[in-house]
Amino acid sequence: MEPIIQVKDVSFRYEGEDESAAPVLDHVSLEIEAGSFVVILGHNGSGKSTLAKHLNGILVPDEGEVLVDGMDTKDDDKLLDIRRTVGMVFQNPDNQMVASVVEDDVAFAPENLGVPPDEIRARVDEALKLVGMYEFRDRAPHLLSGGQKQRVAIAGVIAMQPRCIVLDEPTAMLDPGGRREVIETVTRLCRENGITVVLITHHMSEAVGADKVFVMSAGHVISEGTPEAVFSKVEALRKEGLTVPDTVALSWELRGAGLDVPLAALTPADCAAGIAKALQK
Amino acid sequence: MLKDVTLGQYFPGTSFIHRLDPRTKLIATFVYIAALFVAKWYVSYAVVLALLIVCITVSGIKPSAFFRGLKPILFIIIFTAVINLFATKGGTVLWNWWKLTITSAGAQLAFLMVARIMLLITGTFLLTYTTTPMALTDGLELLLEPIKKLGAPVHEFSMMMSIALRFIPTLIEEADKIASAQKARGADFETGSLTERAKALLPLLVPLFVSAFRRADELAVAMEARCYHGGEGRTRMKKLTMCPADWATLIGSGVFLAGIIVLARYGL
Ligand SMILES: Nc1ncnc2c1ncn2[C@@H]1O[C@H](COP(=O)(O)OP(=O)(O)OP(=O)(O)O)[C@@H](O)[C@H]1O
Ligand SMILES: [Mg+2]
Repeated sequence: MEPIIQVKDVSFRYEGEDESAAPVLDHVSLEIEAGSFVVILGHNGSGKSTLAKHLNGILVPDEGEVLVDGMDTKDDDKLLDIRRTVGMVFQNPDNQMVASVVEDDVAFAPENLGVPPDEIRARVDEALKLVGMYEFRDRAPHLLSGGQKQRVAIAGVIAMQPRCIVLDEPTAMLDPGGRREVIETVTRLCRENGITVVLITHHMSEAVGADKVFVMSAGHVISEGTPEAVFSKVEALRKEGLTVPDTVALSWELRGAGLDVPLAALTPADCAAGIAKALQK
Repeated sequence: MLKDVTLGQYFPGTSFIHRLDPRTKLIATFVYIAALFVAKWYVSYAVVLALLIVCITVSGIKPSAFFRGLKPILFIIIFTAVINLFATKGGTVLWNWWKLTITSAGAQLAFLMVARIMLLITGTFLLTYTTTPMALTDGLELLLEPIKKLGAPVHEFSMMMSIALRFIPTLIEEADKIASAQKARGADFETGSLTERAKALLPLLVPLFVSAFRRADELAVAMEARCYHGGEGRTRMKKLTMCPADWATLIGSGVFLAGIIVLARYGL
């Protein structure tokens, strides 16, 4: 598969930062394949949000380049095309809604793109149905739950018909119920609608279903691969201040105690099966 | 305390007034305000009041909502009444004590001024209660289209308004949260002199402002990410259209204003 986003040797420093200190992004390279579900992990301040903002040209690299569907994010003429290709959902649902009615908010992006009114209507209805918020289209956003707000924000991005959605810790301010709603929604968008999803998160459990995981630390990508491969490096992750999924942690402890269980079991069912098998031996 | 603010609050509905084009409602409200300032005497006020009562009834919104909306400006109303009551001389003296005198002219003027303020506020509430903020700002933007050609930042202004209206409930909620947190630590917003209470508000306002700026920052980035690039080339999902009902309403408002002008000419 061809990559939809290519980050090539990107370095970035915020303005006014100490020149001698290490840059926020330090020679980062990665590729995101079209249609895949990618998770980016990393502890606070590791540069995840900074990287995310490079993926649709909100920030542009000091060194290196970011290509979105072949377009360089430094190219000002392509900026709108880049932003409509890569949509972005942020952490705080309250601070990304512009309108006082759900459907007006979802219409915001296509309105900016100059889409004809009838087509906007169709896109808004479709987007709201995709995230399961169609019945709430007349409501005021501030009266919705956190998970619902975040789904509206996702619909607002889908209405642009992007090929890729980047979500920067979309579940950080949600309760477990809301977190599940959001993760289920984006997983469905990726698997059923073929939209590339880049999910930035703190929660290891959200990385379980990913095609590929990147782990960031201090502006570097320190590990990448399938979730199984990445999480098996338990010690390396713990050194970076990251926890591993509960199932992996359990398997790790059991292995330490001498039980031969597979480390890469990511769902409770797999983990239980592995333990049962090991005990039978 | 903060929950009382109903400014910019929309009551969903499908009444005749709800369905009118926001431009019609804006113009009609302007005409209504003009009529209030033209109105001279009891007859005119009675006509304005009658019209307002009819409109409120048609809108299907509970009158209590309007009274609640008046509460925050109670102070201004009382202040106006007192000033007019004591500062106006003329007619017969009704009451006198030391240097304070109430004359019949003063009583009348105070009464009419209070009536005018209440009618004014209630009338504009009718506009915001029956129109979504988005429709309101869209309507305003279209009405101001002519001065856009002269380079006035009409789109930016209407965007600002709609974002402000969108964030009022969010900021009120946040202010309430901060206030509860401060109260839990012993802050007292409800008693003491005016200056004491103002001082108590400071620890509430500072975090509120800090957070408002952070929100503005994040919102700007989110808007850019959704391809916002000013008003140029922008389309609207809900296109505004003037129906016969709108034209009828506009003609009706014109007739109403003319009527009030005539009444005023005769000093009624
Ligand atoms: N606007 C800014 N100006 C200056 N420095 C910034 C700015 N935003 C972030 N930084 C700095 O850049 C570094 C990386 O921040 P970034 O927000 O990318 O991290 P993150 O991985 O998203 O962290 P978190 O998990 O807390 O969201 C931090 O040291 C931070 O202090
Ligand atoms: Mg971040």
